[in-house]
Amino acid sequence: MSVVIKVDNLSKKFKDFTAVNNLSFTVNKGDVYGFLGQNGAGKSTTIRMLLTLIKPTTGNITIFEKNLQTNRKKILQQTGAVIEKPDLYKYLSAYDNLSIFAKMSGIKSTKLLLMNQLEMVGLAQRAKDKVETFSQGMKQRLGIAVALVHNPDLIILDEPTNGLDPQGITDIRNLILSLSKDRGKTVVVSSHLLSEIELVANRMIIIHNGRKIVEGNVAELLDPSKALIQLQTTDDIFAQQQLQQTKWIQFLQPNTTKLQLVMPKNEVPQLITDLVSKHVQLLSISPMHALENYFLSLTNNPTTHVESAAN
Amino acid sequence: MWNLLQIELFKISKRPRTYIAFIAIAAIVFIFQFAFKADGQSYMDLMLQSVKDDFTFERVKAINGYFMCYIILNTLLIQVPILVALVAADSISGEANMGTLRLMLSKPISRSQIIIVKFIAATIFTLLLLVWMAITALFLSMFIFGVDDMLIFRVKGDESQILQITKDDVMWRYFAAFGYATVALTVIAALALLLSIFAQNSIGPIISTVCIVIVCTIISNINVPIIDNNVKPFLFTSYLVGWKGFFYIATTEDGEPIKGSLENWPAIRNSLFILIGHIVGLVTLSILIFKRKDILS
Repeated sequence: MSVVIKVDNLSKKFKDFTAVNNLSFTVNKGDVYGFLGQNGAGKSTTIRMLLTLIKPTTGNITIFEKNLQTNRKKILQQTGAVIEKPDLYKYLSAYDNLSIFAKMSGIKSTKLLLMNQLEMVGLAQRAKDKVETFSQGMKQRLGIAVALVHNPDLIILDEPTNGLDPQGITDIRNLILSLSKDRGKTVVVSSHLLSEIELVANRMIIIHNGRKIVEGNVAELLDPSKALIQLQTTDDIFAQQQLQQTKWIQFLQPNTTKLQLVMPKNEVPQLITDLVSKHVQLLSISPMHALENYFLSLTNNPTTHVESAAN
Repeated sequence: MWNLLQIELFKISKRPRTYIAFIAIAAIVFIFQFAFKADGQSYMDLMLQSVKDDFTFERVKAINGYFMCYIILNTLLIQVPILVALVAADSISGEANMGTLRLMLSKPISRSQIIIVKFIAATIFTLLLLVWMAITALFLSMFIFGVDDMLIFRVKGDESQILQITKDDVMWRYFAAFGYATVALTVIAALALLLSIFAQNSIGPIISTVCIVIVCTIISNINVPIIDNNVKPFLFTSYLVGWKGFFYIATTEDGEPIKGSLENWPAIRNSLFILIGHIVGLVTLSILIFKRKDILS
């Protein structure tokens, strides 16, 4: 399976504040990749770095196997995005907005193409109306039409269901699924709601305070029979070396700053026994939560709220 | 690039604030024309008071279309920078305020292209303002007041001067003056564009641009040798009214105006170079800053 996005050790600092800290992840072709984190976790900053709106402090981004910094134009020709609110030119009509952004995307748009695009998001009847008369949901749908007008291979949607009514949320969800299943697009979708990601994504990452908590297959990560284990030892490097020689290595989360494993709950006692037998000095094993509970604990704990400079 | 420019001009044309400048200019010009049509003689009497003994001119003919345009330009070209700033200062900050800047920059367009296109669009807007001014202040005044020789009142050093330009020697001077004014006002547009990069809404850059123009204009008008020699040559405002140079006609030793001549062409040319230097500097600085800017709006 080819890799569409590869992010290595990405960091972004705003003066003394670190919004994204040594983040690494990969998105494969055809994935609906969920980007999950509470408000201020660093989702928007990361997405803005993927779109070259913000320059990384350190790290490397490769998209379509090309370096983003040196191939910006080519990569963005194949990328469509809705970044936070779908803000458009309010004094222009839906049709004019779509036409402008189609030209900016470098395609020759015909009236038929633009009307089809508006039809797809249910706005064909309102094509001539100014955007200032649109509801939030209509603006969101028009924003998605703008993101898709040049038929990109990669679609990045930052909190696409924000401010939508239940029907609007369902419509966006169905659209994301259809883009992936019917049109083979790769979609990155961010949200602060696990339930949203769970319904659309096949793979996901959770970030908190700019750091990766966990990355993997959604079905596996949300499996109630599994737990996220965080190990604290006297020597994490030694502990990792010992894990490499055991079956537990398959559960170890890559590119995290701490030793974390997503594994069947009932095998945790065996893990502890094995580590002790290999002379790993354990200080703690925590938290013994399922992923969902763990994410909720982050969301509900007021001390974990950190405002991102980008939000 | 051409596509982007078309988009930019389309957006400017669709914004109501664009037309405020045209309406303001028309209103001021019409007020001037009405006032001079009704009571221009009093103004002329006042102006000729100090020189009436040694100057003879048929006063009715003195208030003509050419003279009217000169009077209007003298007043308007001080205020027009504010109107230019209304549009130019909105270039980047307006996009940031609407949230469209991040969408625009996520498209395959370079940031340099965006600044260049925004600058060209602001320059075209400035040019259109001056064409509109030429239509209303010059051609409409010619229609209303007729055409005759043109009188220029000038204070040079301690003495007042009246220059007389024959009617067949005026029109090229106006074309040159409007061309110069376009360059001068483009400096304001470039300054406003630079300031708009730093802001999230257009109010700040508009006010900042106007404040800079006012402060620099005041400094340009302070007649103290240390400022004359060390500060004024570097201020763009010292050259904003250089268009008047096209109406300062050279004279013979007997004081007779020489048709088709300029009193000090090298000074006008140097002023133009300095203004163009300001434009190049401000736009380059805008590109450099904008290319490094993190888009957080």
